[in-house]
Amino acid sequence: MNTLLSLIKTPVPRDLSLPLPLNPDDLAIILVVLFLVHIFFVNLMMGGVILSVIFEIVGKYRKEYDQLAYRISETVTANKSLAVVLGVGPLLCISLLYTMHFYAANALTGYAWISVIPLVIIAFLVTYLHKYTWHKWTGPDKNRHIALGVGAVFVFMGIPMIFLANINLMLFPDKWPEIQGFFSSLEVGNVFPRYFHFLMASLALTGLFLAGWFGRKKYALEKNLPGCNRGSVRRIFYRITFYATIAQLAFGPLVFATLPIGGVTTDLFILISLGVAVALLLLALLRLEIRSGDEHIGRHYAWIGLLFTVLVLVMGTGRHMYRESSLMTHKALIADKTVRFKSVEAATQMRLAAGLGTGDALASGPTGKSLFANCAACHAVDKVLAAPSLREVYGIYKDNPQGIIAWAKEPGKKRPEFTPMPSFAHLGDENLQMVADYILQLGAPAAETESSDTPAKL
Amino acid sequence: MDFPLFFMDEIGNRLLMAVIAIVHVLINHPLAVGAYPLVTLLEWWGRRNNDAAIDNLAYRVAFVLFVVTTTVGALTGVGIWFSAGLIAPFGIGSLLRVFFWAWFIEWLVFISEVVLIMVYVLTWKRWADGLMKKVHIGVGVLLSALSWATMVIIVAVLGFMMGSGTWTQNQSFLSAVFNPLYLPQLAFRTAFAMVAAGLVVWFLMFFFTKQAPELRRRAVRFVSIWILGWTPLWLGASLWYWNAVPAAMQANVNVGLLTQAFQNWHSDFVVILGVVVAIILVTAVVGALNPRLIPRAVLLVPCVLGLFLLGHFERVREFIRKPHVVADYMYSNGVTMTELPVFQRDGLLTYATYVRHKSVTSANKIEAGEDISMLACSRCHTTTGVNALVDRFEKLYGTEPWDEAALGAFVSSMHMSRTYMPPFPGNTAEAEALVAYLRDLQQKRGSAPGAQTLGIPRAAAVDNNANVNQ
Repeated sequence: MNTLLSLIKTPVPRDLSLPLPLNPDDLAIILVVLFLVHIFFVNLMMGGVILSVIFEIVGKYRKEYDQLAYRISETVTANKSLAVVLGVGPLLCISLLYTMHFYAANALTGYAWISVIPLVIIAFLVTYLHKYTWHKWTGPDKNRHIALGVGAVFVFMGIPMIFLANINLMLFPDKWPEIQGFFSSLEVGNVFPRYFHFLMASLALTGLFLAGWFGRKKYALEKNLPGCNRGSVRRIFYRITFYATIAQLAFGPLVFATLPIGGVTTDLFILISLGVAVALLLLALLRLEIRSGDEHIGRHYAWIGLLFTVLVLVMGTGRHMYRESSLMTHKALIADKTVRFKSVEAATQMRLAAGLGTGDALASGPTGKSLFANCAACHAVDKVLAAPSLREVYGIYKDNPQGIIAWAKEPGKKRPEFTPMPSFAHLGDENLQMVADYILQLGAPAAETESSDTPAKL
Repeated sequence: MDFPLFFMDEIGNRLLMAVIAIVHVLINHPLAVGAYPLVTLLEWWGRRNNDAAIDNLAYRVAFVLFVVTTTVGALTGVGIWFSAGLIAPFGIGSLLRVFFWAWFIEWLVFISEVVLIMVYVLTWKRWADGLMKKVHIGVGVLLSALSWATMVIIVAVLGFMMGSGTWTQNQSFLSAVFNPLYLPQLAFRTAFAMVAAGLVVWFLMFFFTKQAPELRRRAVRFVSIWILGWTPLWLGASLWYWNAVPAAMQANVNVGLLTQAFQNWHSDFVVILGVVVAIILVTAVVGALNPRLIPRAVLLVPCVLGLFLLGHFERVREFIRKPHVVADYMYSNGVTMTELPVFQRDGLLTYATYVRHKSVTSANKIEAGEDISMLACSRCHTTTGVNALVDRFEKLYGTEPWDEAALGAFVSSMHMSRTYMPPFPGNTAEAEALVAYLRDLQQKRGSAPGAQTLGIPRAAAVDNNANVNQ
């Protein structure tokens, strides 16, 4: 009964009429893959910004952490730009595959949605300033430098919330009628658990990335991070990945438990359980790595990377399955409505092509009276609307209907009190002739009787 | 057009789009498409002459380009997607279905461009000698080529909005791309980007050569020659475009009222073009002969004028596009040409989802009229702000209460008298409701909140669903 009621309430729009440029299933695969690549760099950007500032603060007390913080901020420069450019592809795909849902969510959270643009610009500029003043704002200026970094982190943390609110809201058309602005959209679905799940994933992935980035043999560790050894750097970042993944064991189930039940299927449950199994395996491997000595740590990096890829693919696919199953009914209703409208539209086009009119009136050629409708917004018989009355026009042109035609084709501007008349040359001479005759007929003093028929009655 | 409608009454939706798009063009043309080839050339010149000072100057300019293009430049580009999705989801959604692959390829080029910007700037000091320096210059060349390639693709889409050519018959991708204004427009934008880049780089260099007058002299001369080389091409491309426009105009619209506005535009264009080119040429010639005579601020004058010209030039798009958002297919308010007769017969509200009333009754007339105004008018007009309904009608009819019959006649014939406006997409009862709303609006001057604050429109009287829920 509840579903039935929510269906009555749910707005069911009509889709755009052009066909999709490719098969929806293929589009879905492209969407999931491109989105995961995008979110990978978003994670590295978020994790990088957060870890860089935390390490900089620790660096006030332990010098080598400041070095490390700076090197992390260097990776953010590339990762944040990739995060943005790689976002465009999935944005196009989601707009295509979920046109009616995505744009609806955008509009309902409109001000927040558009403020993503200035927020990202500010976050990026502050991040550049933070990075390029690192070795200038030192000593007494260090606190100011740290404050700048903390400021950037806060701007960065706000942005994913807006994205999450949108892709969350698009899944629940039955809730759209209750939304009034961005903040009310946060009450729908499970935005907050997903947000923390995302932040933890960012830390976990960034930890893993940095363990590999600074831990790789070709990295000039002695030059870039004097006083650090490869094993200990690897261990620091492995630990971050390890604890962030442990935290996901809490946040993951929380996200799952708070998912509105509509889209949860058995397949999804099995897939998510598979993901959890992979995560446990990952934790075991990470623990093994962290406990190895400096000379051995890093041996299983490739395996860990592979397992993470599997995990991300599983979770991304699960996301898409949930999206599809929660929107299945709504999409079918939209398709049905669209098809029904298209048949009405096609029938109307056929009637028009056959010269039958649209169906409410018999088609007939233009007459002076019907053409005068184009003039009636400004000209009335004996009233001044926005132009001289027809009585006046009659006075000027009664012996010269050609004068009306010439004027209508290329109007001058004679009277300062009126807006200039637009040209009606596009009506053509034949039609203008008919309308000129009709004007003189209406404007003539003899036409008293006809003038009671208000021209605006069409 | 069946979307909840984002609407910024007062400043108007179009202003949001305009601000984002103008900032984007302002950065994209001079700082990306134009400046990367110029900086690469400067780097090459420095290497040929073993001139470390020129190389360092090129690097500092490149660094500024890097900071600006990867932040404001890239994000305003994304911002065009965001704002189009808010303002005209029906238009951008339809264009996306036609141009998906073009945009997809453009996206791949864009990714490569951003990667190369980072490689180019971040490796400058490391790839400084021998073979690696050559590779570095090669990266600059490739980067320049890719920035231009993104312009090549986007201009095709812009051109398509102006005139879809044979697309409406065969809906093929290629016929959409090769429309008559494509090449002249591309030539104009390319040459403008090059000239403007010269001026901006010249301006920037002044900040980095304060203590080095000799270096400044060499660099300014180099950039002046660059500008002098491109200006004739720019002039030629402008005239080509100027000549191509009238034919495209006639092919696309009933000129009507536009004739006069367009003729003014067409003659203004030549005057502005002449002035801008003259100023640029004088600056560049003086710069090439005696750079010391040029004060810094003067450099931005032709740049600003050039942008003004570009803006003036963009007006052609508006002239030609209207009353459509996708030429010959969809009107600015999202109604397609095949939907129109259906709406005019059965009613616009009948098929609309995000409205309070599905049909007009005597009790709901004004509210229904407001819904109709939102659907049919709000993409271009605000109630009392920018390009306001109230202002437009007061200009025509004055400030006395407007005549009902005259407004009715206006609504049914606006597409004939103002050929840049779409026909009214509703039935007779809806036209009457719209008139009632407009007359009410004239008195009350209230504003109409969009979906971003109000949410989906709800009837003021009784909320039926709320009752059902209890």
